[in-house]
Amino acid sequence: MSILPQLLFLTLLVASGVVLYRRITFLRNTILLGKSESRTDNPSQRWKTMALIAFGQQKMFKRVGPAILHLLIYVAFIVINIEVLEFVIDGISGSHRIFAPALGGVYTVAMNIFEWLAIAVLVSCVAFLIRRNITRVPRLTMPELRGWPALDANLILWIEIVLMLAILTMNATDQLLAERGVAGYIPLGGLIFSSVLAPLFDGFGDGALVITERIAWWFHIVGILAFAIYVTYSKHLHIFLAFSNTWFSNLKPKGEMKNMKEITNEVKLMLGVPTQGVEEPPAEVGRFGAKDVNDLSWVNIMNAFACTECGRCTAECPANITGKKLSPRKIMMDTRDRAEEVSKSIANGGPGLEDGKTLLGDYITKEEINACTSCNACVEACPINIDPLDIILQLRRYVAMEESASPAQWNVMFQNIETSFAPWKFAPTDRFKWADEIKGKPMND
Amino acid sequence: MSTTFQIPTMAEKTAAGDQPEILFWVGCAGSFDERYKAVTIAFVKILNKLEINFAVLGEEETCTGDPARRAGNEFLFQMQAMSNIQVLNGYQVKKIVTACPHCFNTLKNEYPELGGNYEVLHHSQFLQQLIHAGQVVLKGGGGFKGKKITFHDSCFLGRANNVYEAPREIIEALDMELVEMKRCRSKGLCCGAGGAQMFKEPEAGKKDINIERTEEALATGAKTIAVGCPFCLTMISDGVKNKEKENEVKVLDLAELIANDLGLNS
Repeated sequence: MSILPQLLFLTLLVASGVVLYRRITFLRNTILLGKSESRTDNPSQRWKTMALIAFGQQKMFKRVGPAILHLLIYVAFIVINIEVLEFVIDGISGSHRIFAPALGGVYTVAMNIFEWLAIAVLVSCVAFLIRRNITRVPRLTMPELRGWPALDANLILWIEIVLMLAILTMNATDQLLAERGVAGYIPLGGLIFSSVLAPLFDGFGDGALVITERIAWWFHIVGILAFAIYVTYSKHLHIFLAFSNTWFSNLKPKGEMKNMKEITNEVKLMLGVPTQGVEEPPAEVGRFGAKDVNDLSWVNIMNAFACTECGRCTAECPANITGKKLSPRKIMMDTRDRAEEVSKSIANGGPGLEDGKTLLGDYITKEEINACTSCNACVEACPINIDPLDIILQLRRYVAMEESASPAQWNVMFQNIETSFAPWKFAPTDRFKWADEIKGKPMND
Repeated sequence: MSTTFQIPTMAEKTAAGDQPEILFWVGCAGSFDERYKAVTIAFVKILNKLEINFAVLGEEETCTGDPARRAGNEFLFQMQAMSNIQVLNGYQVKKIVTACPHCFNTLKNEYPELGGNYEVLHHSQFLQQLIHAGQVVLKGGGGFKGKKITFHDSCFLGRANNVYEAPREIIEALDMELVEMKRCRSKGLCCGAGGAQMFKEPEAGKKDINIERTEEALATGAKTIAVGCPFCLTMISDGVKNKEKENEVKVLDLAELIANDLGLNS
C-alpha cells in the first residue's frame, strides 16, 4: 500500500500547525497592544467563574431556546473532537478506525453518540440559519453586521453543516463496504443515523464506494484543519477565548469604576494629603483615558476577540432600544477591528498606531459613547462576561480630560460640582435647608 | 426620648462627645431636589421614630463625584472623593446609610481605594434589617394594603451591586401585591438617567428611555410605582406626567411607603 496518503496527511497536519501557530502568535501580540492589567487574584473564584459561565454555559440559559441549540453544538464540538484524535492517528499511521477492534461494542455506541450529535448539530445550524436569514431575529440583523460579519456568521453554520454531512456520508459508505466484506473495513453492527443514508449509495460499485468513503474522510479532516485556521480570522474564536475571557472576568461589583492611580497622586499633592509609602516613579505619562487601542487594557482587547457578535448586549441596551446610535456590540467589534488593523500594520512594518487613525473618531463616535447610561445591562447580558462599558468609560475619560470636549451640559455640571459642590447650581450654604421643614417640629404620636 | 424631630449634624454630635451609630448621607438630590427632599424627610422621620442614633453632615456634605466620574472627569471625581474622605475620616465615620444608589455605589465601591473605608448601606437594606430585627412593625396601613405595586430596579443598586431583595422585602412587609415588570431584577431597564445622563439631554433617537420604562411600568396595572433612587424617581415621574397619568399613578420612594405606613406622613 502506498504511503503517499500518509505523507500528504502529515504534510497537511504540519502545515496547518505552522499556520495556526503564526495566527495565534499574531492574536497574542494584538491583544498585548493593550496596557498591562493584573487579573490573577482569587484564582479559585476565577476557575469557578470559568467552569460555570464558559464550560457550564450558565448565562446562555437566560434565553432557553437558543441556549439549547447552542449547547448541542457545543457538546458536539467537544465530543466529536475525540473522534478527530482517531482521524489523526489513522491519517498518520495509515490505519482505519484504529480504536474499533480494541473497544468493540463500546466503539459502536460511541459512534452512534457521535452520529446523534452530528444530527443535533445539523438541526441546530439549520435553525440558526433560519433565525438569521428567514425569521431575521432583530439582534442578528442589525446594521453593524452588514458585510463580512453576516457572511462570517453564515459561513460558520454552513461549514459545520457540511462537516457533519461528511461524517455521516463517511460512516454510511464505510459500513456498506464492511457489509460487502471489502478488506480493511470493520463492521460496527449498526450505525443508526448514517444507515438511513445507505440506500443513496447502494447502487455504487465497491470502487466508487471506496472513493466516496475516502473523499468524505479527507473532506472531514481537511475541513476541520481548515476550519481551525478559519476560526482565528472569525468571530468564531469565542469557542476558545470564552474560557480565558471568563477566567479573567472582572470579579468586583459591576458598579465600581477602575481607579486612575496616576491622577490620585496629583490630587493628593493638590490637596496637600501626604502620599504614603514609596512613591512609584511616574511611569511614562500616557494619555488620560483611551483614544486608541493601546490606551485600553489587554483585557479589553481580549474581550473584543472573544466576542461572537451575538448582540445580546445590544438587545438589552436602553440607548439602543430607544434608537440611539450606541450599540455595545459595535464597540467590541470596532475595538477588535482597530486592534487587528494596527497589529497587521506593525507586523508588515507599517506605521501601526501612527497611521492617522484612532479608535475614537474613526471607529467609535462621541455620539455613541455619550449615549451610554452606564447601566451595565450589556455587561450583565454577555454570556461570556465581556465588558463594553469599561471601554466606553475609558473613551469618555479621554474626551473629558484630554480634549475638554464633553457635551456642553456636562461641562456645566462639572463647573457646578467645582463651584457649588453639587451637580446643580445651588448655594452650598443651602444644602441643609431641607431640614428646616421638620427640625424641631413635634412628632405626631 | 425627644418628642420633636431632631436632625443632628456630625459636628454637633462630635462636640457633644457622641459617636452616632450611622451617618445618613443625604446626597445632592436629597438636599436640593424639590421632590426628593420629601424622601429625605420621610427617611429622617423614620430614623427619629425608631430612635436611631444618627447624624448628617449638613453643609459639610458635598457631591460624591459620581456624575463627574461617569462623564469621564476623573480629576474632579477624585478631588470630590478625597475631600469627602477627609471629612468622613475626620469624624471617624464607620457606617453610612444613603437613599441614593449612586452615592451608595461610589461610597461603598470606589472610596476604599482612595482611603475611605466604611460600611455602606442603601436605605432599602437598612430598612430591611430593621424590619427583620422587628424594629419596624408595619401595619400594612397607609392605604396601600393589598394594592398593586411595581418596583423599578435602579441599575446602581441592582446590576451594579446585586441588591434585588431588600426593596422587595420592604414591599412584601407592606402587604402590597408586587407585580413585576417583564424587565426586572438583573434584566431591569434603566430609567435613562445613569452614567451622568441626568445632567444632559439624551442623544438623538426614536424615543426617550424613561418613556419606554414608564410604559412598561404602567402596563403592570399598578397604581404605585416604587423606586429607590432619586434619578429614577425624577425620570419615572416625568414619564408618568408625559403619559398624563399623574393623578392615578403615584411614583414613590421606598422610604415614603414606610413613612406612610407608620403614619409619619403629616
